[in-house]
Amino acid sequence: MSPQMIDRLWQAAFDTMFMVGVSAGIAVVAGIPLALFLVTSGPGGIFPAPPANHLVGLVVNGFRAVPFIVLLVALIPFTRLVVGTTIGVWAAIVPLAVSATPFFARIAEVSLREVDPGLVEAAQSIGCRRRHILLHVLLPEALPGIVGGFTITVVSMIGASAVAGAVGAGGLGDVAIRYGYQRFDTTVMSVVIAILIVLVCLVQFTGDSVVRRLRAR
Amino acid sequence: MASLALDSLGSIDPAAPKATGANAVPVAREDAARRGVGTVRFENVAKTYRSAGGEVRALDDVSLDVSSGAIFGIIGRSGAGKSTLLRTVNRLEEPTSGRVLVDGEPIEALRTDGLVALRRRIGMIFQHFNLLSAKTVRQNVALPLKVAGVVRAEVDRRVAEALRLVGLEGKAETYPSRLSGGQKQRVGIARALVSDPEILLCDEATSALDPETTLSILGLLRHINRRLGLTIILITHEMSVIREICTDVVVLEAGRIAESGPVWRVFGAPEHPATRALLAPLTRDVPDDLAQRLLSHPAPGAQAVLRITYAGRSAPDLSALVAATGGSVRLLQAGVERIQGHAVGRLLIAAEGMQAEARLRAIGETVEGIGYVAADD
Repeated sequence: MSPQMIDRLWQAAFDTMFMVGVSAGIAVVAGIPLALFLVTSGPGGIFPAPPANHLVGLVVNGFRAVPFIVLLVALIPFTRLVVGTTIGVWAAIVPLAVSATPFFARIAEVSLREVDPGLVEAAQSIGCRRRHILLHVLLPEALPGIVGGFTITVVSMIGASAVAGAVGAGGLGDVAIRYGYQRFDTTVMSVVIAILIVLVCLVQFTGDSVVRRLRAR
Repeated sequence: MASLALDSLGSIDPAAPKATGANAVPVAREDAARRGVGTVRFENVAKTYRSAGGEVRALDDVSLDVSSGAIFGIIGRSGAGKSTLLRTVNRLEEPTSGRVLVDGEPIEALRTDGLVALRRRIGMIFQHFNLLSAKTVRQNVALPLKVAGVVRAEVDRRVAEALRLVGLEGKAETYPSRLSGGQKQRVGIARALVSDPEILLCDEATSALDPETTLSILGLLRHINRRLGLTIILITHEMSVIREICTDVVVLEAGRIAESGPVWRVFGAPEHPATRALLAPLTRDVPDDLAQRLLSHPAPGAQAVLRITYAGRSAPDLSALVAATGGSVRLLQAGVERIQGHAVGRLLIAAEGMQAEARLRAIGETVEGIGYVAADD
C-alpha cells in the first residue's frame, strides 16, 4: 500500500469514529429521555399520557422502518437546516443520529420496562416524587441493560456509517467501496475489514466489561 | 408530636427534654404525645378492578379502626383483598368508594405535596424487600431522607441509627445482592423507619423467609413497636405470624371482613369458617388413631372423650377438672397457649365419672362431647 493510501485509511478510520462518536452521543442524550417517556407515559405509568405515548411510539416506529440509506437522502433538507451543508462528516452525523436515537430508545425502553414495579412502589412509599423515581430507581436499576443496548447501538452505527460515503462524509465504508471494490484493491478491502472488526470488538469488549462491573454489585 | 429518636427506648432518652422544649417533659407525657398518632380508620372502603373478564371486587364495604400503637394483623387467603386494603393507607391503591383516615384526616383529597408528606409518615416493607440493587445498604436507607432534602450530616446520623436498630451496622457499604433474605428485610425495615414514621405497613413481610428468620424479623417488629410506639399494620396468610406478634386481627374473605377482634378472642373462639380454615394448621384435632376407636355411644367401662375449649382469661385449673368429674381424668391431647394474657386452646380428656360433661359445664367450662373410648385405651 502506498503512503497516501495509509494516510487515507487513517483519515477514514478517524472519520468513522468521529461520526459514530458524535451521533452516539446525540443518541444517548435524546434516546434516554425518549425511552423514559415511552415507559412512563403509557397507561398506568407514573406520567400517564396514553395518546401522546401512542403518537410518539408511532413516530419512533416510522423512523425505525426507514432504511438508513433512504433516511440519509430523505433527511437532506433537514440536514441542511441543521448543519448548513449536505456533504461531509457533519452532514452524515445528522441522519446517523436521527436513525440511532429511536433504535437506542427502543432498546433502552426494554431495560427500563424490566425494572421491577415493586421498586417503583417502594420508592413511592418512602415519599419519592416522580423525578426521584426516574433518577434513583428507573435509570440506575436499568443501567446495565441500557449500557448493553448502547453497545449494540454503537456497533450497528459503525455499520450504518459505511453508507455515509454517499454524502461524501468519507469513513472506512467509503474507502472500502471506492478503492477496495471499484478499483479491485483487495488489500485495501482486507485492511478496512480488519479495522472494522477491531473497532467493533473494542466497542463490544468495553461495553461488556462495563455491564459486568455494573452487574457485579 | 415530639421528635422521637430511634434509639430512645421507651422514650427514656436523655436528649428528650431538649427535643420537647425548655422545660423537661416527664416520660409519661412524651408517651402521651406520641399516643393518638398513628391511627387509621377505614370507612366503607370498596375497590373494584375492571379487567377483560369483567369487574373484580377486591374490597367490599370494609370498615375498621386501627388504634395507635397496635400491631394490627390482616389475614386472609390469597386474593382476599389484604394487599389492596393495606395499600389504601398510603394510597398506593385508591379506593373506588369509601375513605381512609389517617390520624383522623381523610387522605383521598391530598395532592402531590400532601401525599408525599403523608407517605413520609408511613413506612412500608415488602415481601420481596424491594431494595434498589444499584445502591448500597446505606444509600437505600438514606434515600427517604435524601429525597426529603434532609442535610447530609443529619442523613448520616439517622441512617447509622436505623442500621444499628436493625442490627446491620457493619453492612452499610454492602450491596443488597450480597445479603441474606433476613438481612434484606432488615434493610427494608431500616429504610421504612429512617424517616421516623408513625405507622409501619408490612406487606407479607415474612412470607419469603424461612421460619427461623421469620421469628427474628417478627421479634424485631415487636421490639420496634414497643420502643418507638409506632402502629404496625401487617398482612399475612399465616396465622402463626398473627399469633406471634399481633394485638388485633381482622380476617378478610373475598374482600369482606369475616371476623375481627383481639387476637386471643379470634384464636380462642373463631366464628367464621374462613377463620377456622386459616387456623386449621395450628389447631390439633382429634388424632386419627383415637378417632378410629371412638365409639358414638357409651359402652360398659368406656370413658367419655371431652373437648374443653379455652378462650378466656383464666388458666385451666386441672384440679378443678378432676374434682368436678369425680373420677379419673386422662389427658389425651392438649394445646393451650397464652396470648395477650389469655389462655387460648383446648384440652382433649377422657373422663370417667357419670355425667362428666354436665358437671364440667356446671363449673363453667366450655365442653363438647366427642364420643367414648375404652378406659384402657
